[in-house]
Amino acid sequence: MKLYEQNNTLSERHVKADKRADAKIPDRMWIKCPYCCDTLFAKQLTEYAVCPNCDYGFRITARQRVSWLTDDFVEFDSDLQTKDPLNFPGYQEKINNLQAVTNLNDAVLTGEATINTTKFALGIMDPTFIMGSLGTVAGEKITRLFEYATAQDETVVMYTASGGARMQEGILSLMQMAKISQAIANHNTAGLLYIVVLTDPTTGGVTASFAMDGDIILAEPHALIGFAGRRVIEQTIHEKLPKDTQSSENLLKHGFIDAIIKRQEEKEKLEWLIKVGGGRNDCA
Amino acid sequence: MTALSPIQVVEKARNGKKITGKQIINYLFDDFTELHGDRLGSDDGAIIGGLATFHGRAVTVITTERGSTLPDKIAKHFGCPMPGGYRKAVRLAEQAGKFKRPILCFVNTAGAFPSKDAEEGGQGEAIAQSIFKIGQIPVPIITVIYGEGGSGGALALACGDEVWMLNYSTYSILSPEGFASILWKDASKADEAAKVMQMTPAALLKRQIIEGIIDENEEEYQVTCQNIDRVLWSRLSKLQKLTSEELIAKRQMRYRKF
Repeated sequence: MKLYEQNNTLSERHVKADKRADAKIPDRMWIKCPYCCDTLFAKQLTEYAVCPNCDYGFRITARQRVSWLTDDFVEFDSDLQTKDPLNFPGYQEKINNLQAVTNLNDAVLTGEATINTTKFALGIMDPTFIMGSLGTVAGEKITRLFEYATAQDETVVMYTASGGARMQEGILSLMQMAKISQAIANHNTAGLLYIVVLTDPTTGGVTASFAMDGDIILAEPHALIGFAGRRVIEQTIHEKLPKDTQSSENLLKHGFIDAIIKRQEEKEKLEWLIKVGGGRNDCA
Repeated sequence: MTALSPIQVVEKARNGKKITGKQIINYLFDDFTELHGDRLGSDDGAIIGGLATFHGRAVTVITTERGSTLPDKIAKHFGCPMPGGYRKAVRLAEQAGKFKRPILCFVNTAGAFPSKDAEEGGQGEAIAQSIFKIGQIPVPIITVIYGEGGSGGALALACGDEVWMLNYSTYSILSPEGFASILWKDASKADEAAKVMQMTPAALLKRQIIEGIIDENEEEYQVTCQNIDRVLWSRLSKLQKLTSEELIAKRQMRYRKF
């Protein structure tokens, strides 16, 4: 009994020592890049949260992105709430907590953005909100964004980041894919430009719908982009999936995206693309 | 009919003796001519498409196909399409649009095939384009789910005007095993998941995800085919009275309400 107590005391002492040491180092002072594994001084990431070594863009909130991407931003539909269609146990509580933490009503932030004098409709998915999953509220917000842009004759820019459909809302999440696709089709028929920027991670039902419907599809370096999950693929084909199969670089190689873009260059490039790619050469 | 539990419906939907796409096609159309290939380098056997007449009217037919013998099943990935399968479906659907032919789709798939080749072949892009393009073709499009309707891989062929289901079939965002494994970290809770997910025809009809349920006769597939025939012909006759504009407007309303 005595021996046990001693051991316990020793280990407790270690824990206490660790805790004291932790407290002296500012939170997340050192960060490891998940792609190149370089250990970075947090300040090196700058406001863009990119790895200075490999250009990987860290997962950031929608509000962080909007702060450096736009000069002005007017938010839409921040009041929409899920009806919790499956009455899924604990779901409403999870949503409430996340809303408090993220200052978002669901996994996408939408609104009208301005870069210099260029106005456009902007949607940014937030990977910190149930992994950017697509449910009824996110689906409705994106649909309304396209409807607004169609009515206002504006380009739509969608930043995707998603684990796929929102499981907790079942089949209604799947229906969002069709609903959004119909809204994109109307925007497309009106001759308007739709630009997608794929960010880490973009997978599942989002890849299988609006992420791949853009006139121009860009992607951030080393972003995970795919349809099926790695585990599902490996369990089906009984072999390991090479690390870079579902990456921006591999998608570019196979012809599924137009270009890879560094986060620091996005603002300027988007403005140019909207002006040049979205303007119509109306013949007299 | 005694009420089955959701997991019993799932089991019946997956039953190996289930009615096949080929049986439906052979019974409904005596002149079905298969049209192969996506014109982009592949011909995926997990999706069969072609031309036929239905009650004297030309139609385009698209069905998922699980295969009959074991080697055949393996070649067709047990009915899980590759990107080329969806691109073939889009090609045939666009052709149907050109000739104003209605499109009849039959779906029984666990979902799009997950593999390295499928990923590099653009599985996500292929499904996205299928939903986007087929969803805009201004001819009547009716889908019958006759087994599993698994996720985006099923939605890709169920994005038209009406979706009907056999009473022993399912339509869901993923398998109940996958759902339980993701949300509860326990794949063995599939029966609980099936209950929560509302994936049976009755639950889906209540939510207006589908237009109706078709009676399935498990002993005699011919009876099931007669029931499918009756529903398709009556629905098609109604949809064909609409102009292209009316049809697309109605279809957009169908999805907008979700």
